Amino acid sequence: MFEHISQRLQRTLSMMRGVVRVDEASLGEALRDLRMALLEADVNFGVVKDFLAVVGERAQGQEVLDSLSPGQQVVKIVHEEMVKLLGGARVSLRLEGATPHVVMLVGLQGAGKTTTAAKLGHRLRCSGHSPLLASVDVHRPAAREQLAQMATSASLQAFEGDGDDPVDLARQAVEAARLNGRDVVVLDTAGRLHLDGTMMDEAAALVEALNPGDVVYVADSLAGQDAVNTVSVFGGRLPLTGTVLTKLDGDARGGVAMSIVAVTGLPILYVGVGERFEDLEPFHPDRIASRILGMGDILTLIEKAQDAVDVEKTADMEKRLREATFTFEDFREQMRQMNKIGSISKLFEMLPMGRGIDSKVLAPAEDDMRRFSAIIDSMTAEERCHPQTIDGSRRRRIAKGSGTRVQDVNQLLKQFNTARKLMRKLGRQRGNPLDMMRSAGFGP
Amino acid sequence: MVGALGRSLSRTRARLSDALRHLVPSQKPDEETLEALEEALIAADVGPTTALRLVENLRQAPVDDESPPERLRAAMLETLAKSKTEGNGPPDGRPQVILLVGVNGSGKTTTAAKLGARYVAQGRSVIFGAADTFRAAGVEQLEVWGARLDVSVIAHQPGGDPAAVVYDTCEAGRSRGINVVLIDTAGRLHTKDNLMAELSKIHRAAAKVIEGAPDEVWLVLDATTGQNGLRQAEEFLQHAGVTGLILAKLDGSAKGGVALAIAETLDLPIRFVGTGEGIDNLAPFDAEAYVDGLLGEDQ
Repeated sequence: MFEHISQRLQRTLSMMRGVVRVDEASLGEALRDLRMALLEADVNFGVVKDFLAVVGERAQGQEVLDSLSPGQQVVKIVHEEMVKLLGGARVSLRLEGATPHVVMLVGLQGAGKTTTAAKLGHRLRCSGHSPLLASVDVHRPAAREQLAQMATSASLQAFEGDGDDPVDLARQAVEAARLNGRDVVVLDTAGRLHLDGTMMDEAAALVEALNPGDVVYVADSLAGQDAVNTVSVFGGRLPLTGTVLTKLDGDARGGVAMSIVAVTGLPILYVGVGERFEDLEPFHPDRIASRILGMGDILTLIEKAQDAVDVEKTADMEKRLREATFTFEDFREQMRQMNKIGSISKLFEMLPMGRGIDSKVLAPAEDDMRRFSAIIDSMTAEERCHPQTIDGSRRRRIAKGSGTRVQDVNQLLKQFNTARKLMRKLGRQRGNPLDMMRSAGFGP
Repeated sequence: MVGALGRSLSRTRARLSDALRHLVPSQKPDEETLEALEEALIAADVGPTTALRLVENLRQAPVDDESPPERLRAAMLETLAKSKTEGNGPPDGRPQVILLVGVNGSGKTTTAAKLGARYVAQGRSVIFGAADTFRAAGVEQLEVWGARLDVSVIAHQPGGDPAAVVYDTCEAGRSRGINVVLIDTAGRLHTKDNLMAELSKIHRAAAKVIEGAPDEVWLVLDATTGQNGLRQAEEFLQHAGVTGLILAKLDGSAKGGVALAIAETLDLPIRFVGTGEGIDNLAPFDAEAYVDGLLGEDQ
């Protein structure tokens, strides 16, 4: 469904790119498609209306008339306005006020506050802080237990206080942080409905007692049109300073980001993109704009590739590839680098056209990669460097060790030999090792 | 900034109920009314495609005795017709096995507790299976509810195999002659293929112990969910054989309109709605009240 809208929008926008004169009809059609795309992405309809009014007006203005390629100009305007709306520069936590700074997380039930608390703690520690995680959720059964367990597995400190009064618990937590030389308290609060007066009073009381430098609204990116109502009511009662958008690893377009920023002006600090503690990323307006419009996220992909790939190692490997002295050791290193970037389906997700590809199509390729990894890991170092020594009994041992079948080991060895032969043939030609692997039958 | 949109939202609702009230039989609705209607449906998360279609039908409808609001209500209720049918019901001579599935944070554990309380109140014996072995303290949360309701909970070590928990729970349910086996599963985003495959395994584990189980697989859907809900339902239907929806957290200001789109597209019934944090805050789905909510007539 999203793919359909996204493709239609792409078509319209690319048609616009070629348009020499923007007339009312072509602009009208583009705006209609844009409206559908934004609504399907769960951008609030009021925000959509205002946004299209701005885009429409600019599209009829002088800058487009004067432009050599007016269609291209309109596409640029859409993207520009969206980035402008989503907030230009990156904003971080304030960490203001007396030490320990208090970062208080609020939001609806199930938005992902507790998980976000642990992720924020991890991030803070990575940037040199010593955070204390504290839950004052006295309502949901085992909520405090959940944060304590998460803290343990992330090697973070969690505060475990007594009693069932949130304000009292929070004060204890701040005191404990002070005594233990912790400089930030990440305060996880109970999920509450914005319509629940008593619960909103409780949150307001926490703010009054602690005067936190950051009051962060945790928003579920799967949420729909009502997200703006909710955040507005929260913002009306509490001095919100920013938001974190969770569950962006689903296929939701995250139109909620646009709605929340448009309505509240609050900066989006981070986005949650997975279930691990590391899966909290800085927010980039231009990237989420592309995502909402279904244009992929090539920037993130490039960045991840840059982070993951060791240039020196790669250059060295390329040389060995050309000389066909490539071994399983090299192959393993290559796979390790690819894994650092993410799963194959995650890679494809970031490509503009990759989004339309069903993850099920990629699943067999990922299975192959996993199987190959296991097989290579079960080889001895000697075998990895000299694959030709792998005879029948070694194959049986490797299959057993990696939990695969002898046929699987045979298949890998066969593909490896084919690849080597191919590389010898390509010999002097420079090439991307990944492309070669692919043509040799590895990966998608 | 906050005020402007809030006002615009309530204006839309006011305009809509006003418009609906003024719509009379044998009169074609004017464009402004239709537009207000479309906006209201979109605001309720019905989705632009379904909203457009419903309004277009109204625009094309012949002028006759049926007033436009009646026609619209009737069309929506027809989409929800399956929700009025009974579910698979308790089987004879063996426990009824119910599996709760959904994305993270949709309200599965709380819903499991509420369903348990409901069946206990009906005089049926219940056993919980804590198959959420992934989330920290997921088991503890269900155990607290189990203790409060005096319902046993079958649980394994954290990180254990959820299918094994399901197996043991069904086994315990059968040998103890329990009426309802209620299984809470880990939240999973529908885009994670390996986690979705795990659901198929859970499904098979239940069937291994009790032939024909699970009797019901209910997708717990957060009422605030946007258009992504349709994708969720599609994926869970494919991997877990979902037989119905439970619309959780309908006590907020969200109307849960995506459930209408799901009912329409996937022909799935809506079984229950969650209306609060209390153990009693679960009610059988009421199609009329739901449609009224979507049309903003409850305000």
